[in-house]
Amino acid sequence: MANRTIRAQRLVALFALGCLLFGFPLLSLFNGGGTLFGIPLLFAYLFGAWALLIVLMLLVVERSG
Amino acid sequence: MLFGGVILLASFAYLGILFAIAYWGDKRADAGRSIIANPYIYALSMAVYATSWTFYGSVGRAAASGVGFLPIYLGPTLMAALFWLVLRKMIRISKANRITSIADFIAARYGKSGLLGGLVTLIAVIGVIPYIALQLKAVSTSFLILLQYPEVAMPAKGQRVGLLQDTALYVALLLAAFTLLFGTRHLDATERHEGMVAAIAFESLVKLVAFLAVGVFVTFGLYHGFADLFEHAMRLPDVDRLLTLGNAAGTYGSWAWLIALSMLSILFLPRQFQVSVVENVNESHLAKAVWLFPLYLLAINIFVLPITFAGLMQFPPGTLDADTFVLTLPMAHRQEALTLLVFIGGLSAATGMVIVETIALSTMICNDLVMPLLLRWKVLALGSRSDLSGLLLGIRRGAILLLMLLGYVYYRAAGEAYALVSIGLVSFAAVAQFAPAMLGGMYWKQGTRNGALCGLSLGFLLWAYTLLLPSFAKSGWLPLAFIEEGPFGIAWLKPLALFGLEEMDDISHALFWSLLGNVGTYVGVSLFDRQGIREHAQAVLFVDAFKISGRGASPWRGSASLEEVMTLIGRFLGPVRTEDAFAQYAAGCGLRSWQALEPDAELVHFAETLLAGAIGASSARVMLASVVKEEPLGMDEVLNILDEASQLLAYSRQLEQKSAELEAATAELRAANERLQELDRMKDDFISTVTHELRTPLTSIRAFSEILNDNPELDARQRARFVAIIVKESERLTRMINQVLDLAKLESGRAEWHASELDLRTVIEDAVATTSQLLEERGASLTLQLPDEVPRVRADRDRLLQVLLNLISNAAKFCDRDAGRIVIALRVLPDALQVDVSDNGCGIDPADQETIFEKFRQVGDTLTEKPQGTGLGLPISRQIIRHFGGKLWVNSARGQGATFSFSLPLAGVAEEDV
Repeated sequence: MANRTIRAQRLVALFALGCLLFGFPLLSLFNGGGTLFGIPLLFAYLFGAWALLIVLMLLVVERSG
Repeated sequence: MLFGGVILLASFAYLGILFAIAYWGDKRADAGRSIIANPYIYALSMAVYATSWTFYGSVGRAAASGVGFLPIYLGPTLMAALFWLVLRKMIRISKANRITSIADFIAARYGKSGLLGGLVTLIAVIGVIPYIALQLKAVSTSFLILLQYPEVAMPAKGQRVGLLQDTALYVALLLAAFTLLFGTRHLDATERHEGMVAAIAFESLVKLVAFLAVGVFVTFGLYHGFADLFEHAMRLPDVDRLLTLGNAAGTYGSWAWLIALSMLSILFLPRQFQVSVVENVNESHLAKAVWLFPLYLLAINIFVLPITFAGLMQFPPGTLDADTFVLTLPMAHRQEALTLLVFIGGLSAATGMVIVETIALSTMICNDLVMPLLLRWKVLALGSRSDLSGLLLGIRRGAILLLMLLGYVYYRAAGEAYALVSIGLVSFAAVAQFAPAMLGGMYWKQGTRNGALCGLSLGFLLWAYTLLLPSFAKSGWLPLAFIEEGPFGIAWLKPLALFGLEEMDDISHALFWSLLGNVGTYVGVSLFDRQGIREHAQAVLFVDAFKISGRGASPWRGSASLEEVMTLIGRFLGPVRTEDAFAQYAAGCGLRSWQALEPDAELVHFAETLLAGAIGASSARVMLASVVKEEPLGMDEVLNILDEASQLLAYSRQLEQKSAELEAATAELRAANERLQELDRMKDDFISTVTHELRTPLTSIRAFSEILNDNPELDARQRARFVAIIVKESERLTRMINQVLDLAKLESGRAEWHASELDLRTVIEDAVATTSQLLEERGASLTLQLPDEVPRVRADRDRLLQVLLNLISNAAKFCDRDAGRIVIALRVLPDALQVDVSDNGCGIDPADQETIFEKFRQVGDTLTEKPQGTGLGLPISRQIIRHFGGKLWVNSARGQGATFSFSLPLAGVAEEDV
């Protein structure tokens, strides 16, 4: 049970991180022209952050399980 | 070539496969070998979220607003992180309360309110019908586009096709038939459709593969990877507009509103509730879905922007709707197989959504709208009928057909109008109205039925006013002036700028006002409202879902009616006993009769204890909970209780056993420890005594040696005397050391024994012969009293001799100085031989009779009197005799001599011991 609550807490923390990554102040840092390896910056950032979030969730879920 | 026939054939083949999967899934479920009972299928079935609105519409949205399509998928990703917290609770509550739809959920939470269930159903139907229409449109449009192959163009617009020529009608009917076939094949108490879930998971896979195939074809076939594609795309006019936020994609504000909106829809869309809550097989599957589902969304979105840009570059502006790029790009490049795959992918996206959505809605319509009305309609007398399942199935099938036709009618009416384009988000905003009542109901006990009713109604009205009506107006069903000037020209009532709020886009604006009204009313009314008893009980069941079903004992805090509790107790204890018990309780409270009792928590606690006496505490709790739920206890639940109780019993037994073992081990350890301490003390005593005893002869040896050394003038006689003393003391020292070693050997069991059968008489005679010199010196007379014949005993001759010598020399030492007399007698006892060695000395005080057998103990004060021996003789003797199974003891009185006796068991007896 303790394991489950700590897992829930970690996931909530990830939720907060996600809100931060996809939210206003951070998002505006990448909201300009320019490219990363030929990929538009905002596009690259959004998908990168998205993938990062998924990997973190995977780690939290699979390692605490 | 792609003919209409080929396309139709492929479509039917695909639907056939779907049906086969569904059929197989149902068969396996019936056989108890579920194919959907794994987290991967579960996560895939959740992907029913991605409809044709995603499959075709994402590209369309991206063409209009760039990255603006993403919040719809970022929201669910964020919510996925909260799945473990929120969705798991929804699942737990739904399983515990047998909830089968959102309407059911909300109705049950607020005291099983039929009105609330009906309202939720209505909102869901009105909100979702246009969404179903959108799916029909997507399928029929993609089919029409495909029919024109190899020409790539939009189907002709504006012309009305006859009803019988309308593909959408056939699509609707086909889907309805399909849904009927395996959505309502039989009635199941849990409302679970394993076959359907299997088919939906397969559809999710198909649409993902199809979309990825187009994406890969466009990105790596038409261009050389992402970088190349984007490099080309940079030459498009206005491209920056699509790649940054803050203009076409909307402000950060609307971006955040969209994320919030999609977060709520992933929980509250009827189809999502159906697959993720109702169809959930195992709560733990949710864990994998937490990352698998967002991963799916990421995968299906990664090629959206590349396809969008490719479409914008490949086709002249204005010729094709961006919505169709996914299909028209492979068409334009003559990729027939890929085109067909895309069509099938779009079909699967649409069918998946329509099937699940109509099943979910039909359950709601049947259970929360039609049945409550029918049951109240007295003429039908449904309440008295025992089997209603046929009627239920009929209502559900009718509802599915009706929903599909409503969807078609809406599509037919709206046609190409604006109303379809943004309908996805409009639907989302409608179901978002469930959020306050649902989330509040799960986490806030005070939320009341009236609060939920008012909140939902106001939210729904505001939604309709700010989103639905404007979309009608834009479709030309209402005068445009309604939007531009407000109803009846009242400017501050303009639906898209309510109360003058103009800075927000339509969705954010509508969401803000409707949720404000919804949450505000819900909370406000709830705070000033009083919950009914049943409502409060339900609130506790929902909010404390984890505590109640958990192992931990949580006190029952709800309340129930006195009659219900009494009836329940009466069923177990008998009415008379129950009334007596309650009357006593009432008397204790100072009330005149039990009728005056208030059904408060204390009473329930009393009832629970009362019941616990009869059926055990855990069963009692669940039985009382069933009063709260007002549901008969199912056999499963009873078995669960028994199971749990017996498990607990087993645990406590194990625990008891373990603790007993532990106690025993502790006692053993304590005893061992005491023994060790005793031995340690004995060792210390022994060593200090030994050293003390050794010091005595050493001291005299040293003293006389010094005298000899310091006084060389001593005469020869004196000198000889001193040397004799030194020699004698040295001998005593040697003897003592030998005896210490001997004793150590005996005690540690390392002594060597040479047991043999022997005649004790000869041993005694030998001993007497050896000591004759000593006796002579002492002037003691010795008398032997030996029988003529004695049985042989088994012993070590030398050791036995040692004992006898010790006893005789002791007797010689302590017998009378002048007329010493020693008697050695050998007697035959029934099972042993006994030897007595008596002297006529001063005797031994009874108090000292045991101590003389301890090491280094001699009678008399060793400090003042000259020690007569080493103090080890008797202990050694006793050890030896004991070894042969005999005893050594003394009989004496002060002034009457002493008799030392030992016995040896006869050979036959001794043999067993040795």
